[in-house]
Formats: sequence, structure tokens, C-alpha cells
Amino acid sequence: MSEAFEELRDLYQEVILDHGRHPRNFRRLDGALHAKGDNPMCGDKVEVWLKLGTGERIEDVAFQGRGCAISIASASLMTEVVRGKTTSEARSLADAFRTLARTGVCPVCGEVHAEDIERLQPLSGVAEYPSRVKCATLAWHAMEAALKGEGSATTE
Amino acid sequence: MNDAPPVAAGFDVQAIRAQFPILKEQVRGRPLVFLDSAASAQKPRAVIEAMVHAMEHQYANVHRGLHWLSERTTEAFEACRDAAARLLNAGSRDEIVLTRNSTEGINLVAHSYGRGVLRPGQAVLISEMEHHSNIVPWQMLRDAHGIELRIARVTDAGELDMDAFAALLADGKVGLVAITHMSNVLGSYTPAERIVRLAHEAGAKVLFDGSQAAVHRRVDVQALDADFYVFTGHKLYGPTGIGVLYGKAALLERMPPFLGGGDMISTVAFERSEWARVPHKFEAGTPPILEGIGLRAAIEWVERIGFPAMEAHERALTDHALARLSAIEGVTVIGRAQDRGGVVSFTLDRAHAHDVATLLDRQGIAVRAGHHCAEPLMRRFGLDSTTRASFGVYTTRSEIDALAEALTRVRTFFR
Repeated sequence: MSEAFEELRDLYQEVILDHGRHPRNFRRLDGALHAKGDNPMCGDKVEVWLKLGTGERIEDVAFQGRGCAISIASASLMTEVVRGKTTSEARSLADAFRTLARTGVCPVCGEVHAEDIERLQPLSGVAEYPSRVKCATLAWHAMEAALKGEGSATTE
Repeated sequence: MNDAPPVAAGFDVQAIRAQFPILKEQVRGRPLVFLDSAASAQKPRAVIEAMVHAMEHQYANVHRGLHWLSERTTEAFEACRDAAARLLNAGSRDEIVLTRNSTEGINLVAHSYGRGVLRPGQAVLISEMEHHSNIVPWQMLRDAHGIELRIARVTDAGELDMDAFAALLADGKVGLVAITHMSNVLGSYTPAERIVRLAHEAGAKVLFDGSQAAVHRRVDVQALDADFYVFTGHKLYGPTGIGVLYGKAALLERMPPFLGGGDMISTVAFERSEWARVPHKFEAGTPPILEGIGLRAAIEWVERIGFPAMEAHERALTDHALARLSAIEGVTVIGRAQDRGGVVSFTLDRAHAHDVATLLDRQGIAVRAGHHCAEPLMRRFGLDSTTRASFGVYTTRSEIDALAEALTRVRTFFR
């Protein structure tokens, strides 16, 4: 892609365009924990399913929804990074990711999340757009609601 | 790209732009391209200076101080009422109620006319293309007061379906039609004269939400025979926090007050109070004094340019925008009303409206994206959101060309 797109590229890196266009784990799960996420500001909607195995470990995770490239890419990346984690690890990562999305950095994330945060780094550009932070965190709110046994989450 | 020749004698868009300090700002190192005037317009120096002058030289509370500053401030504030009466060609300055914004004006009518004059069993008729501010107050009235809420549909072209509108009036139960004069999403004007004629024949009064229309077109409430008309100052190049409700004197007289407090009474005793005369009956508490002074300056500024010139300029811009945007593969313009103002909503096949708006912002272009506070209309067209470009008196053809070029880049980017 030409240099003319440099100013677009810093927010919409290739990984976001790719996951936005071809979301991973875009399906439903039967008999799984489930929650819906709603962003009333822009009408974005996602549903997240989580299947737990022994030791509260996330065996499978999937999502469906519609929205902007940021919200879909974030949901897709989330399903990839939380698979295999325990529920408490996933919740801790969700906290770390929200800090990353809000501030653009995550100095307190430390060793434990370093690898995942690096994977999620392309989403950090939304920090410049407070109204878009909610797009990036929508699926994460829904995942936490599902883990808590709540049926829905809203970014409001 | 050069701008086309002026569309009206004496209309010089560059001279107008020079009066808006903010238009010299840069966004991300590029000149600001501001295409979000339908959300709120920028302010000319005349408005800014009027408000600053008042704060620096001529400010006190109004309507009660017996001192020099208060008298002068009262005069300056009340001049806003005269300016608004002139702008709308109201029969009398007493028919102008100063509110915070259009939303408050509509709520005032929903409360005072809705509960005070309409009777349970009567209906209020709105349309599918209303802003939430002209839907929710009527839902609240419906739920509290037993008023039926009727919705006139919009055609696929984005125009009010006049057959459906007339049919909804036929049983004579509609007491009030509350309808936009120009859609904030589609840009469509509604046929105001026909609406009033049909409504009056059916025994209904008419309120127009003129938030968009009053900015772009000369409104004459007497020629229209409108019963109520609201608009807001900040879209008319004035400050936020001030709006106007026009109401026919005979109707305002029949209506009970909206908010209670100081300024809206003539006498207060613990047993009972007596209301001030119209329009003060509807203006409780210290009014938006500085905002009123700013709105007066905005109205006078707009009058100096003149609506014929502004309307011709904005029509030329809108035609240009429709031609440029329609020519871009993957862009779909929503609505194709014959009579329309400077608002164009569209979708892009490869990208969500929010991504489009963000990517335009990266290129220095400010547009609005979302449901535009008109969710029922979005649903009517099967959409979650659109991107909206809207134009004002200071918008140029080059800015629309910049939008078209940037959109083409966005589409290539989302290849």
C-alpha cells in the first residue's frame, strides 16, 4: 500500500483490517456461558460464548456480532488470546487491555501479560479517540459479563 | 481545485470564512474541513465579540435590577426576542419564548399544550424522520396523559408520505401534528404549507421542529400559519444554551406554565401565585442572558448575508456533493428528496460509518457518523448507522471535493 495511506495506517494496522474482514472464531457455541454486548452510542452489537473445562480454564471461545472494524477485530483477537487461559487470567487480561485501549500503554501489565498485550498492541491507537475506546472494549465487557453469569453488558 | 463563481451577487464565501476564526485552525497538520454544521455550526466573530463585550462592559441580571447595568443588560437580552420575532416574521415579540434549545421548546409544548390543552383520547402525529427530541417528549405525554401517538411514514425517497399523513388525520382525533421542517439525516424538507393546511382542515395544530430548516431557509410563521415553531441558536451560528419557541399568542395564553420559579410570576403568596404574562410565564429563572445576546448577534449576522444567498450557496454545494459522492463506487446516498437542504447521509460498502468517520478525521475532515439521534429512521432504511456530511454558509466546493477524494482513499484502504 502506498505511503499516501500512512496517516490512516497508524490506527488501522493490517492486523485490524484482516481481523475486521475475516474475524476468527465467528460462530456460536452450544451449552456455553454467554452474554451480549451493546454499544448504544453507535449500535454495535456482539455476543460472546465461552466453554470452560477443568480448573476454570477456557476451552473454547467464540463470538458473533456486527459493528465497525475496530470492534470486530478486537473481539476476534480476544477470542484468540483468551483461549486456554483460566477465568481469572482472562479477567486480569481484560483489565490490562482496557488500560491499553484507554491510555495507549499498559505500564502495569508486566511479564504475565506481556505477550498478549503485544498481540493486542495494534488496538492501542484508539486511545486517541475516546469515543472509539468503547468499540475496542465492547467484546471484553461481554466476555466478563458471561464469566460473571450476567446475560448482557453495555459500554454505557 | 477552484471554487465555482459566486452563486449570488455579493456572496463571497472566502470573505465569510474570514469572519470565522476557527476555520483557520489546522487538524492533524491540515486545514480543518468542517462538514458537521448540522450538529452545531461554527461562530462568526460578530457573535464572539457580542458575548465578550457584554461580559466585559455590560453585564448584570435582567428584568429586576433597578440599576443602570441591569437596565442595559435587559435591553440587550430582550433585543434577542425582537431579532427572533423578525427572523420568523412572528406577529408579535410576545409570541417568542426563549428556551435553552429546540428540545426544551418541544418539551415545553408537550408539557403545557399536551397536558394543559390536549385531552386523553386525542392523538399527536409525528413522522418516521424525527430526531429523538421530537419523539421522546410525545412518548412521555402518551404514557402520562393517555394521548395516542401516530407515526406518518416516509417514502423510499426519504420524503414524507403525504397520503399516509392525510389518512392519519382523517378521523379528526389528532390534536397536534409535531413534525420536522427538515430532516437532520436525509436533508429532506417537509411540505410545510400542505402539512399546515391538511392539519388545520382536520382540526389539528402544528408544531414544526425547525432545528435544521431555520438555518437554511427563510421561515415565515405567519405565511405558513404555523401554530408552534422551534429552533436552536447554536446551529444558526449562535451560542449553545439558547433556543426559540414561537407560539401563536392565543395558544400560549391558554397553556399553563412549564417550569415554575422566579421571572415567570406576577405575584407569589403561599396560598397561590399568579403567572406573569406571556411569554414570561414560560421563562422561569435567570434566562441565558449572554447566550441571548449572542443569538441576537447571530441573527443579525445571518440577516446581513440574507437567506436567498445562503440558500443558493448551500443548494449549489448540495448538488455538487450529491454528484461527487454518487460517482464514487460503493457509496450509497440515503434519500433522494426533491426539496432538500445541505445535509447528505451515505454509506460505504466496505466500511462501517464509524471507521469512515475516523479515517476521514485522519485526513482532517470532520463529519458525523452514527444514528444521528434518529434510530427509528435508521431502522426504516434498514441501517445501523450512516456517515453524514453537512454544510453551512462557510462551506466551499473544494471542501466537498476533499471529502470525495478522501472517501475514495478510504474505500481503497478497505479494499
